[in-house]
Amino acid sequence: MTAVSIQRLSRAFGNEWAVQELDLEIASGEMIALLGPSGCGKTTTLRMITGLLRPTSGDLLFDGMSVVDIPTERRGAALIFQEHLLFPTMTVAQNVGFGLKMAGVNKAEILSRVNEMLDRVELSGFGNRKAHELSGGQRQRVALARGLVTRPKVLLLDEPLANLDANLRITMRQLIRSIQRELGTTAIFVTHDQEEAVMLADRIVLMFDGKLQQVGQPDEFYRHPRTAGVAKFFRSQNFLSGQRRGNIVATGAGDLVVSDGVIDTGDGPVVITARPETLRLSSGLNEQNSLAATVITSIYMGTHTQLIVQLEDATWHVQAPPSTTVKEGDQIFVELPTSEIWIIEDEPESFGVTSVVNDE
Amino acid sequence: MSSRRDQQSLEQTGKGRGLSKGHQLNWARWVTVGVIWIVVVLPLTALFLRSFAFRWLFPDILPGQWGLRAWDYTFGESSRVVEALLNSVGVALLVTMLAMIVGLPTARALGMHDFRGKKVVEWILLTPIIVPVLVAVMGIHIVFIKLRLTGTIWGVALVHLIPATPYFVLVMSSVFANYSPALEETARSLGANKFRVFRYVTFPAISSGLLVASLFTFLISWSQYVTTLLIGSGTFVTLPLVLFPFLGGGNAAVGSAITLIFVAPAILVLILTSRSLGRGSTVMGGFGKI
Repeated sequence: MTAVSIQRLSRAFGNEWAVQELDLEIASGEMIALLGPSGCGKTTTLRMITGLLRPTSGDLLFDGMSVVDIPTERRGAALIFQEHLLFPTMTVAQNVGFGLKMAGVNKAEILSRVNEMLDRVELSGFGNRKAHELSGGQRQRVALARGLVTRPKVLLLDEPLANLDANLRITMRQLIRSIQRELGTTAIFVTHDQEEAVMLADRIVLMFDGKLQQVGQPDEFYRHPRTAGVAKFFRSQNFLSGQRRGNIVATGAGDLVVSDGVIDTGDGPVVITARPETLRLSSGLNEQNSLAATVITSIYMGTHTQLIVQLEDATWHVQAPPSTTVKEGDQIFVELPTSEIWIIEDEPESFGVTSVVNDE
Repeated sequence: MSSRRDQQSLEQTGKGRGLSKGHQLNWARWVTVGVIWIVVVLPLTALFLRSFAFRWLFPDILPGQWGLRAWDYTFGESSRVVEALLNSVGVALLVTMLAMIVGLPTARALGMHDFRGKKVVEWILLTPIIVPVLVAVMGIHIVFIKLRLTGTIWGVALVHLIPATPYFVLVMSSVFANYSPALEETARSLGANKFRVFRYVTFPAISSGLLVASLFTFLISWSQYVTTLLIGSGTFVTLPLVLFPFLGGGNAAVGSAITLIFVAPAILVLILTSRSLGRGSTVMGGFGKI
């Protein structure tokens, strides 16, 4: 069932489009990550969903009803910010119960629901503390409890974990995920951290410059990036131009067999990509999908050896086993497993003129 | 080590504020206390004694004869002190209310938003502090005569707003500069309408700053002399107007009594705000701009 439906949602500031023609269907109980670099429009999108910002055009539906004209306080979209989390003059219990009090729930029920929620976030007995008596992680948990206690239609989190240290971030991530699953709350969170998005979200919505780039499950962004920009955002720099004919892509460094699952571009110039961690070093060109490369740098990283190699006219990153002993200038062979090669939608011309001679 | 731990625990419970900064600061505290006694308490004591003195001749440390005559006269009908006191309180309260109505939105805009012409607005706000108010009041006087505002509490309150508003706005804009709309937005998303957001979130957050700003505004109005004299046309008298003649060459005992009444709110304000001032240095931040 669709909980939130975003239809051609756009917002302009002056002559600049902050968000342009965003389309998205969010299922009930789903956890969505709005991912992108700062200024990509993800926070603007979040503010439009809360009702704090009016869309310039487009529509927004909760459970099939347009909410564009409904003010924030009656939308049922609870918001959690990264800082200024708690109402400073209120106790923990008053903070958590705030939404219920606003809804006119009676005191006894507020008390029991607040206590139940504090149990869930492992803060039983903290009800009488003030915000300044809590640690950063505890405040975060109170904010989470406050957002969830009213059973909102959708929970919105703006960089919820940005201010926490690395260890706390991991525990909070698990806590948010487990409570959100237990309660079946639909949630959208904004982040610029792709790792966080991958670990927390059911689906990721990647935006650049106010435009949707790709929507999908986390692994799709690694294995099947739509464009070079998406691949780069997920830290892969490996691109190679070639000439496609059926399932064969001819590159200047040799022919590659691609799987049937790649997008249908038809025959002609294409750009292929494969992630550094899927590449293997092979013994020679007679192995399938092996290409000759020259090592530019080799860095031992403990868990693996990071190689930067020259592959024809492109620079590729290869994550080799830690035992790899190659030096700068060495000639090696890199194998691109058929199942790991992906064809991106970018025009090959944007990667410079290919060295492949069109031998038609 | 133990004293440091004590300090932390005391600060956490919010009790031992200022008691536990360590022994090395003790001398500074004694100097401060000493200066306060010499500058504030001693003169006030002298005034206090003077107001009860019937005869106080030169070499005597204490008055030779005591009496309540000065206080009798002060609260008597002919001195107009009671009338002036009520007028002073009334006009100062009115000025404070008007300053809130005018100043709160202005301060919020200046503290929380950047907009074109912000610097210009800030300079215009500062002009009453830079340019003598008297200059403006001469012109305003003529306008107020036409509007029949002279001699009324409204006219006097409006003209007091000129020196009072800048202070109010400066203090409040620094309060708002440290205030994030994120809390208000969170509250709205949790179902609070704008009125309840103000009541439960905004007001508690700015209340201590608002108290200080209001008390300053009250005091600025309270101590106005020339503006009240001109716009009040002599028919609307406030305490400074009644006090002034006694300081020149009148009865020193009566002058002392009225002075004590006059400084009373200032001392009250000092006591009331000392907690807020000690806690939030942000409140005083606005004066950095002057």
